Amino acid sequence: MSRLDPPRINRRSFLSLASLGSFFAALGTAAAGMLRLPNPAVLPGPVRRFKLGSPEQFSPGSETAFAEQNLVLFRDDEGFYAISSTCTHLGCAVSRSKDGFACPCHGSRFDSKGSVIGGPAPRPLPWLEVSRAANGDLVVNADNEVPEGTRYRV
Amino acid sequence: MAETATREFLHNLHELPHTVKDACFRLGKAPESEREESQATFHNLFLHIHSVRVHVRTLKPTLTFGLGLMATASFVITIITGVLLMVYYKPSTDLAYQSIKDIHFTVSTGRFIRNIHRWSAQLMVLVVLLHMARVFFTASYKKPREFNWLVGLGLLVITLALSFTGYLLPWDQLAYWAITIGSNIANSPRELTDAIGITKFFDPGGFQKRLLLGANYVGQDALIRFYVLHVFVLPLALVTLLGVHFWRIRKDGGLARPEDPMGGIAEWGGERRPVFQPLATKTYGLMALVKGKRPPVNRGPENTVMSWPHLFWAELSVFMVTVAATLILSFYWDAPLKELANPAIPENPAKAPWYFLGIQELVSYSAFTGGLLIPVIVVVGLALIPFLDRRAEGEGIWFGTKSERPIFWQSFFFASAVTVGMLAFTVNYGWLRNWFPNIHQLWIIAINPGSLLVLIFAAWSLFVLKRKDSVRLAAVSLFTCFLVAFTILTYFATVHRGPNWHFYWWPSQWPLH
Ligand code: HEM
Ligand code: FES
Repeated sequence: MSRLDPPRINRRSFLSLASLGSFFAALGTAAAGMLRLPNPAVLPGPVRRFKLGSPEQFSPGSETAFAEQNLVLFRDDEGFYAISSTCTHLGCAVSRSKDGFACPCHGSRFDSKGSVIGGPAPRPLPWLEVSRAANGDLVVNADNEVPEGTRYRV
Repeated sequence: MAETATREFLHNLHELPHTVKDACFRLGKAPESEREESQATFHNLFLHIHSVRVHVRTLKPTLTFGLGLMATASFVITIITGVLLMVYYKPSTDLAYQSIKDIHFTVSTGRFIRNIHRWSAQLMVLVVLLHMARVFFTASYKKPREFNWLVGLGLLVITLALSFTGYLLPWDQLAYWAITIGSNIANSPRELTDAIGITKFFDPGGFQKRLLLGANYVGQDALIRFYVLHVFVLPLALVTLLGVHFWRIRKDGGLARPEDPMGGIAEWGGERRPVFQPLATKTYGLMALVKGKRPPVNRGPENTVMSWPHLFWAELSVFMVTVAATLILSFYWDAPLKELANPAIPENPAKAPWYFLGIQELVSYSAFTGGLLIPVIVVVGLALIPFLDRRAEGEGIWFGTKSERPIFWQSFFFASAVTVGMLAFTVNYGWLRNWFPNIHQLWIIAINPGSLLVLIFAAWSLFVLKRKDSVRLAAVSLFTCFLVAFTILTYFATVHRGPNWHFYWWPSQWPLH
């Protein structure tokens, strides 16, 4: 190494670059850490397990819409099942139509088992878990999906 | 000596009106010479963002139509009225609706202030879009203004975000359902991750939605987040970026204009005269610091005039026109307020504000493509314009390059025909699921009328590029197609979409429900 052929980077500028780099790295890490705050650690919200009443209230072949809980409860010969009435497209509440369910927002249509038959919805309407409380009432857990066709027998 | 002190005191008291006036208005009188006029400009915090002289082309109303200024004016109006609304508004799901109702029906001038806030916000979105179009069609984004074009795009996005967050605050049916839909659009990458079965490991959609709502549904957490964004974060970001925008206009040498637009001849107010006769003051030295096409000193007649009063009169008039327009709108039309938000029954149809309806139309075919992918493609495309079209020609002239006007009209009719045709087709024949009921979701995501429009327009633009051998003309054709499609989709969804998103010729034909 001679004066005529200096190193590309000397110790001084290397150290300043390194300290500058670590400063920004630290700043970035701190900022990223702080920005985790808005990402909710616990999702707030009411428990979405609904008591719907005693099984005798629902005769075989009946269907009952629970608008506030956004679900429809069916009873057929094989048992009970509940279908969510929240559209899988963008979350509007579907309503009952002739051949199943229809969404008012962008016109998705579902058959009476919740399968998509038209419109932009990407998935069938979820079937929800039905069970019974200790006192014998039917309970639907709107946070638990079950495979289509699942029945709950009383 | 007490005597003199008393006298001095009385004298000062007597002079008080004058001394206060002199302290506030340093010149103390209307400026008379050009020297005083330039001092009036740069001794004032609010005026000194302007240069002391402006080019006469810049003052021609038909160059800018005052659109950027109108956007600024309507933003100022929304800030003032927004602060007034904050006096009564309560960001809580129990109280929000009632407080808006109070503002609307009980608070004195409340309804008027609310109307002004609503209409000036809508006006702002409209003029920002038009301003972007004028910057584009006058080729004012070229070197050295590329950066300011990007800053402008940032302003556009923030403007839209402001109005989106504001939409939730009344907590009425429209608010609740529009934001439910909007936040599920943020969730829509799930369509893709679900279709290829990786949502469990990688779920950007769910992350975005939770970040926006603080929950899985629109509730108190969402309301407070939107409130903080709407009244603090976004306005602050907008003001900051606006500062950069204005600063860059100065540093880029004022508004874009051709090198010597008037062939060395000075014209102002119908007469020809040499306007720029440099006086020997250091005032003009300030201007020499400005990079770019500055008015050169000692180079003969220049077509610049003093900003004071010419530019300031023009700006004041634009401000007044904007204020007048919002006042008239607010006097005759009330801002809507539907029933209290009800998570059980959606508003039918649940329409977003008009400037999002084009997106909503695309979303009605598939959420991810129409709601996220295409908007992102559009914004990225807009951002690339000044970096792909770099040839210095036509700056500051409407349709300034050769055959720009014919290409504009060709693209205009082409895009109109394609967009109307596409809509007529889907209204008459439906879309994929109507023909192939069991089609895979990936096809639904990929083939959206919107993605077809993007492809067709891109092909058209490539065709123009080849045929005309000009990048600018290709950009013009693409931008025109985008504007036309945006306008037609917005119009279509506003007027012709009714309950269940069905097609109706007129809203009067909507079924009662
Ligand atoms: C909140 C939104 C915005 C405001 C308040 C605003 C304001 C302004 C103002 C007052 C001017 C001066 C000239 C004129 O009035 O036309 C200007 C110029 C400019 N704006 Fe904006 N603007 C906004 C958004 C945008 C957008 C969306 C773009 C483009 C993507 C943009 C790009 C530009 C450029 C490149 C110039 C310089 C034009 C030239 O040199 O002729 N701005 N803006
Ligand atoms: S939310 Fe049901 S179709 Fe869009």
